[in-house]
Amino acid sequence: MKRRDFIKISGAAALTAACAPRIKESSAPKEGEGMEYRINPKNGDKTSLLGYGCMRWPMIPGPDGKDIIDQEAVNEMVDYAMKSGINYYDTSPAYLQGQSEKAAAIALSKYPRSSYYLATKLSNFGDSSPEASKKMFEESLRIFNTDYIDYYLLHSIGGGGRRAYEARYVENGMIDWLKQKKAEGTIRNLGFSFHGSPETFDHFMELHDSGETVWDFVMIEMNYVDWNHADGRRNTNASYLYAELDKRGIPIMVMEPLLGGRLANVPANIEAQMKARDPEHSVASWAFRFVGSHPRIQVLLSGMSSMDPLRENVETFSHFRYMTEEELEFMERMATEMKEYPMINCTNCKYCMPCPFGIDIPGVFQHYNRCITEGTYAQTAGQKDYQKLKRAYLTSYDKTIDKVRQADHCIGCGQCVEHCPQSIKIPDELLRIARYVESLKQDIL
Amino acid sequence: MLRTLRIIFAILFITGITLLFLDSSGVLQPWLGWMAKLQFLPACLALNVAVIIGLVLLTLAFGRVYCSVICPLGVFQDGVSKLGTMKKKLPYKYKKEIKWLRYGVFALFVIALIAGVQSFVAILAPYSAYGRMVSAVLHHNSVPVLIVAGVTLVVVVVLAFRGGRTYCNTICPVGTALSFLARFAAFRPVIDTEKCVKCKVCERKCKAQCIDIDNQKIDYSRCVTCFDCMGNCKADGLKYKFAWGKTFLAPRTKTFSPKNVEKVLSDSADEKFSQGRRAFITGTAVVAGTALLKAQEKKVDGGFATVLPKAVPERDVPLTPPGSRSVRDFYRRCTACQLCISECPNGVLRPSANLEHIMQPEMGFEKGFCRPECTRCSQLCPAGAIKPIGREEKTAYHVGTARVNLDACLSLKGVQCGNCATKCPTGAITIVETDRGLTPVVAEQICIGCGACEYLCPVRPISAITVNGREDHIL
Repeated sequence: MKRRDFIKISGAAALTAACAPRIKESSAPKEGEGMEYRINPKNGDKTSLLGYGCMRWPMIPGPDGKDIIDQEAVNEMVDYAMKSGINYYDTSPAYLQGQSEKAAAIALSKYPRSSYYLATKLSNFGDSSPEASKKMFEESLRIFNTDYIDYYLLHSIGGGGRRAYEARYVENGMIDWLKQKKAEGTIRNLGFSFHGSPETFDHFMELHDSGETVWDFVMIEMNYVDWNHADGRRNTNASYLYAELDKRGIPIMVMEPLLGGRLANVPANIEAQMKARDPEHSVASWAFRFVGSHPRIQVLLSGMSSMDPLRENVETFSHFRYMTEEELEFMERMATEMKEYPMINCTNCKYCMPCPFGIDIPGVFQHYNRCITEGTYAQTAGQKDYQKLKRAYLTSYDKTIDKVRQADHCIGCGQCVEHCPQSIKIPDELLRIARYVESLKQDIL
Repeated sequence: MLRTLRIIFAILFITGITLLFLDSSGVLQPWLGWMAKLQFLPACLALNVAVIIGLVLLTLAFGRVYCSVICPLGVFQDGVSKLGTMKKKLPYKYKKEIKWLRYGVFALFVIALIAGVQSFVAILAPYSAYGRMVSAVLHHNSVPVLIVAGVTLVVVVVLAFRGGRTYCNTICPVGTALSFLARFAAFRPVIDTEKCVKCKVCERKCKAQCIDIDNQKIDYSRCVTCFDCMGNCKADGLKYKFAWGKTFLAPRTKTFSPKNVEKVLSDSADEKFSQGRRAFITGTAVVAGTALLKAQEKKVDGGFATVLPKAVPERDVPLTPPGSRSVRDFYRRCTACQLCISECPNGVLRPSANLEHIMQPEMGFEKGFCRPECTRCSQLCPAGAIKPIGREEKTAYHVGTARVNLDACLSLKGVQCGNCATKCPTGAITIVETDRGLTPVVAEQICIGCGACEYLCPVRPISAITVNGREDHIL
């Protein structure tokens, strides 16, 4: 309850970028100069259109050899983000081997709890018993040393259809428990993140319409490729999801606006067309502008893993330029061209990891996609520059992926498949890449 | 003039051969591979008649040019002795040959060669010794090779630093072999007794220490035809000229008696070479399986499962590369020069730790497998231990056979695997339903022993499918 009164937007104007971050008495979410903000029609929250996704922070080897988050880098980036007016931070107990929440909490600890919106998730993938699920929620509160969460999400539902949703949230009584937490004010907004088929999505909308479970917001995967070209049988076009949510007035959070960075590094032909229209702005800025130009979008998350994309994104959102109808159509054309490339729909979210047999699944896919994007992808042994392309592919493959973590070591156990939000048939794709590499090595492409 | 020419060629050869050992990409092999093939002992073992005849004629015509130009260890010693004598103007003086050692070592060497005690042959062979020293710099992976290379380096450097070509003229068996011919060389440096003023500059400059000015004689068995003497003679008292038929043998002393030969030989034959095999328990292989079950508890994203390094399984018969006719033939010819090991792009070849074949290569699949398109070692081998084969031949070159350890195989534990069958380059492995479950079975006639299955098997550290060598590599 005490939280409700905080939203005094008028007061926030004073907190410009010039303010030092250690202001104890601050009582409203921060604002940056020129940063694009959106007002949540349901409760008046003024969120920055650019939200910080805490899933891709840099990892460094820790004292015992295991990777740990580079906390110093995170602190620096969060400071910069706060100074620039980014006031929405999205994390999960599952991200970055379970270290993301803690790192976010440390970086944000010097700012008043009320100066940012916190989003985290019930990521009860492994053990979805009520005890484990409740413990996960309480743990999030403890880590952030807070008594409320602004935006709480049922993490990635839709993948296993209605069945999986019911097993993880209904049969264990968690959805009722979460509603109760909402009534108590511990959860301010309850929503879900979605990857799945239109039918499953329709089901969640029916729950909303019937009043059984009201969704305060929904997080969807949206970008100019997924708008009308969502991949696979089990994924839904973002244009459909957007329309359904828009007509119900539900605020939309967006994940994967860049498809895990793939839309920041597009094939040369597409990049050339974008640069021809706008030589001064990055390829990534086109993808962000596409998403941000849709008015129902409340927050668009970007998992900025270093200062460079952070600076660039702040620039994009600080002087946000809405797209014209013609530009939106241009993006659709670019998406169509993009689909011509045989890329794997991986966004490097690492939900599939760790592979029990040690395969670097996202690494293998990223490398493959990068080679296609950069044109170092041989199609036949007879083509021009074949030897050069072959060498480029194989050398960079060995350089980026440890030999024992390469595709040929995948035994096809299939353990990863259910975790992939993009419904990639991981073992099939790894086998395809292993065979591709084999045929390169043997010159029998 | 002659000296300059000798130095230029020597530098070309040593650079080429060193690069050949250092280059693991295989780019230089077509350009420089012939330099390795010119090496005397490997050519003898390869029965490379053209090279042998060529070198014999070369030595008969011009003396031990081989030792001054072609042999990398010889040129290397010249470099070292140059450093050792930088401050001294007249560093050497005539010494008598140490016959008992020189011919003793040579006799032992010949006997070892015939008896097939390859480790002794390999240690002394000059080209192989040089190869080991160079590859030890880059591929420091095997302790025996490192030790042997280290000891060789110290011995050679100390001898060269202090006494020029002492190694070549007392220990090196190739040097001794060529010395028999060099005595009769058609062209050789001859002292013009008329003009010689006995100033001894040539004697004091001779790194082979074979010029005896007091007696006006040159020991041609030790002269390596470096032309240093002539360049330094002010009196024009030395000429490199046609002297066929004129013998200037070193003064005869006692005849050589192979006192210790039998003893040393019987010692080494009696020695029970322990196999040095590692007793890894295959039970640890289950680790991978349990990791699968454990991953479920609290699911967090990202990170890598630990991948245990593979360990060397027990093989009844060692694996030698495709192109070797049989294990026995391979180890009989190989001079342990390490060239194939430093060139193997798949990390398959490594020096054997087995005392019987110490430093000679053997195959193992912990870091990769013997890839179907690669025939690099066979193209390179100067000793003919691995005869040149083409890609087609390789796909049918049967060096070993895979066998499955049913107790360790994950497929039989109910894990959906079958990676050995999926990735077998020759399609020799199929998964069949048996009472025990889905079982990989090997078609022995199709399996060539390339090791893809062993390398890609998820069971660690010892794979559940391993390759055992074949004695004879039938085609």
